[in-house]
Amino acid sequence: MSNTAGSDLLKTFKLKTKQQELLIRVSILCLVYILAFITRLFSVLRYESMIHEFDPYFNYRTTLYLTQNGFYDFWNWFDSESWYPLGRIIGGTLYPGLMVTAALIYRLLHFLRFAVHIREVCVLTAPFFASNTTLVAYFFGKEIWDSGAGLVAAILIAVCPGYISRSVAGSYDNEGVAIFALLFTFYLFVKAVNTGSLAWGLASAFGYFYMVSAWGGYVFIINLIPLYVLVLLITGRYSMRLYVAYNCMYVLGMLLAMQIRFVGFQHVQSGEHMAAMGVFFLMQVFYFLDWVKHMLSDTKLFQAFLRITVTCAVAVGGVALGVGTVSGYISPWTGRFYSLLDPTYAKDHIPIIASVSEHQPTAWSSFMFDFHILLFLFPAGVYFCFKRLSDATMFIVMYGLTSLYFAGVMVRLILVATPAVCLISAIAVSATVKNLTVLLRSKNKVVQTGSTKGTSSAKASSKASLDQSQPFQKNGAMALLFGAFYLLSKYATHCTWVTSEAYSSPSIVLAARGAHGNRVIFDDYREAYFWLRQNTPPDAKVMSWWDYGYQITAMGNRTVIVDNNTWNNTHIATVGRAMSSYEDEAYEIMRSLDVDYVLVVFGGVTGYSSDDINKFLWMVRIGGGVFPVIKEPDYLVNGEYRVDKGAAPKMLNCLMYKLCYYRFGELVTEYGKPPGYDRARGVEIGNKDIKLEHLEEAFTTSNWIVRIYKVKPPNNRW
Amino acid sequence: MGRTPSSKEDAQALFHSLRSAYAATPVNLKIIDLYVGFAVFTALIQVVYMAIVGSFPFNSFLSGVLSCVGTAVLAVCLRIQVNKENKDFKDLPPERAFADFVLCNLVLHLVIMNFLG
Repeated sequence: MSNTAGSDLLKTFKLKTKQQELLIRVSILCLVYILAFITRLFSVLRYESMIHEFDPYFNYRTTLYLTQNGFYDFWNWFDSESWYPLGRIIGGTLYPGLMVTAALIYRLLHFLRFAVHIREVCVLTAPFFASNTTLVAYFFGKEIWDSGAGLVAAILIAVCPGYISRSVAGSYDNEGVAIFALLFTFYLFVKAVNTGSLAWGLASAFGYFYMVSAWGGYVFIINLIPLYVLVLLITGRYSMRLYVAYNCMYVLGMLLAMQIRFVGFQHVQSGEHMAAMGVFFLMQVFYFLDWVKHMLSDTKLFQAFLRITVTCAVAVGGVALGVGTVSGYISPWTGRFYSLLDPTYAKDHIPIIASVSEHQPTAWSSFMFDFHILLFLFPAGVYFCFKRLSDATMFIVMYGLTSLYFAGVMVRLILVATPAVCLISAIAVSATVKNLTVLLRSKNKVVQTGSTKGTSSAKASSKASLDQSQPFQKNGAMALLFGAFYLLSKYATHCTWVTSEAYSSPSIVLAARGAHGNRVIFDDYREAYFWLRQNTPPDAKVMSWWDYGYQITAMGNRTVIVDNNTWNNTHIATVGRAMSSYEDEAYEIMRSLDVDYVLVVFGGVTGYSSDDINKFLWMVRIGGGVFPVIKEPDYLVNGEYRVDKGAAPKMLNCLMYKLCYYRFGELVTEYGKPPGYDRARGVEIGNKDIKLEHLEEAFTTSNWIVRIYKVKPPNNRW
Repeated sequence: MGRTPSSKEDAQALFHSLRSAYAATPVNLKIIDLYVGFAVFTALIQVVYMAIVGSFPFNSFLSGVLSCVGTAVLAVCLRIQVNKENKDFKDLPPERAFADFVLCNLVLHLVIMNFLG
């Protein structure tokens, strides 16, 4: 049997069984660590080591500033290069965790005399932390169930597409570090609840501090943990350890969190954090009553005392909450988080939140795409957790259920659900495999101990002595094990395929297949930004839609009017109004904002569909939300959005249309189609003869994707 | 005699019962309770002062109140861990509990010093 051959090999190293097990575990963890890192490197291999998408460019720029100017300049930085003429207090409006982490890694590497550029550190930060997350998942699984479940959890989370989507190499965004911090905090808290030690509670407070410094999603932690405490109190599983763990974490964590300027006093003033405070006070009352009950021998007296105290506490709490909410001192839930509870809220009230594609509700296909077999392993895992209910399994079930609910509301939050789904599925896999192998090995042991004299390799618990009355049990177990192995290998294949096809594109560089199957690269974005950097005066101001703001400041090094921070809706609406108005009105607005250059993104030549014409209706809606002069029906024909001859006249003459289609009417884009055929919309454009009066074309990239126009100064008066 | 005792007698009986039960607790726990009471009392004084004078600068007020509340809560945790009646902690040496208490207080007050402004 291969069992004895392997154990013979290990025995030649004179290892005892425990050491063999340790060796296997450590080697599995090392391999998983490396696997988690290298599976995220597709885009570095295919393109180059660069930062992807939009938000990471801001993070990169701030990290660069931090490494060049030091922490105090970074913490107090006021940036006048964005949101002209308002500027932005960067030090007070970002989550510094990611930047400080990358800067520390950079400093460490330089200290060890590795002369790497900060960009390489930034690109590879997310995969590095993904590897660390697999280690945390192992320890968490070990805490909840056993080390086998921990190993499976580490493997599942190393390749799970839900996590990979936001942590590929190059995706230098808060989530890459935040998921590690989230899982780490939860692990430390569960460990604190299990041991009741103040030291672990302190560690979980620091974990929470790291999470608060890294991502705005920390609100999930500060609401889930009080909810968990409440559930434990209600179901009667409370204990002294819970008191120690929660109080230490809450008080120290809250204090540490308030050191981040962006968070400020929200822990005592914002409605989203009130649950934690409420549970804190509830716990004091609850345990005080418990203590009094323990001291009093007479239950009748205790009932009286209980009545008085509970009514007092509820009255005081209710009055405080009511006064706080009504007077506005406790601010209500902000739109971002309120739209999680009421998904229709954002569409009606806050178009900017509704327009982000990541905030849309999740389709079933996204769940299947991101989770694959974990979707049906999850309910199985929940069943196992309920079979062996403890404080820790109750926590992971609550985490899984709440995070899955939120993942159903917003696509982006599949990321938060991924660790829970992986852990619970790992429990299912581990428990099933364990049961099956027990069946297999107990049969084996009965055979072996007959032939050999008690080998030390079979240390499996032979409590279940199997009777030979079911001869096919071993075969059934073998078949089921083979099926489990097949499923898991299919999962691994699927995850790698998804990573390679869907989640490894840098978004700033586009690739396509040419007519002969060769790969064609469109590097137009960087071409345009570098043109801006090299050919415009250093104090030029660029107006574009807010999507490109971060990239323009980071790569083009020019001042922008609005960028991805979207903190000022009116400013964005002004830009939206300018883009949707006729050229004369737009010129007035641009003069008032001191705009020198206008940048638009156009996909008609290449068929690129995320261009400004497809985003135009959002510009109209956001502009119309603040300036009622812009009305969305003006741009539609019978409710339909068209750019061809039958389009609305306002659409055919607005600034965005003119800037995108200037000189496009002379261009033949596709064989057999008339000139001016828009490949992204699939129609021939309506207005081919465009004349610009106040702007002139400054630069168009080689595939017409980015077009830059210079705003002409006003005519001389005579 | 089915007359139920009035609430005043009820309260007095409650008070006496509590007092006699509390007198039986060991001295080290009573010292911790005294410390907790002192911390909570200090926090109350600060809140009353804030009600009179106003809450600017808010971070100073918060750091003052939270340092009192924090150290009170940590002392209660210490009391729980040192109390011989708690079965969860019977194999935790009291020196370790006290060392944890000191460490957490150290972190608490360092953060408070940063937050005072």
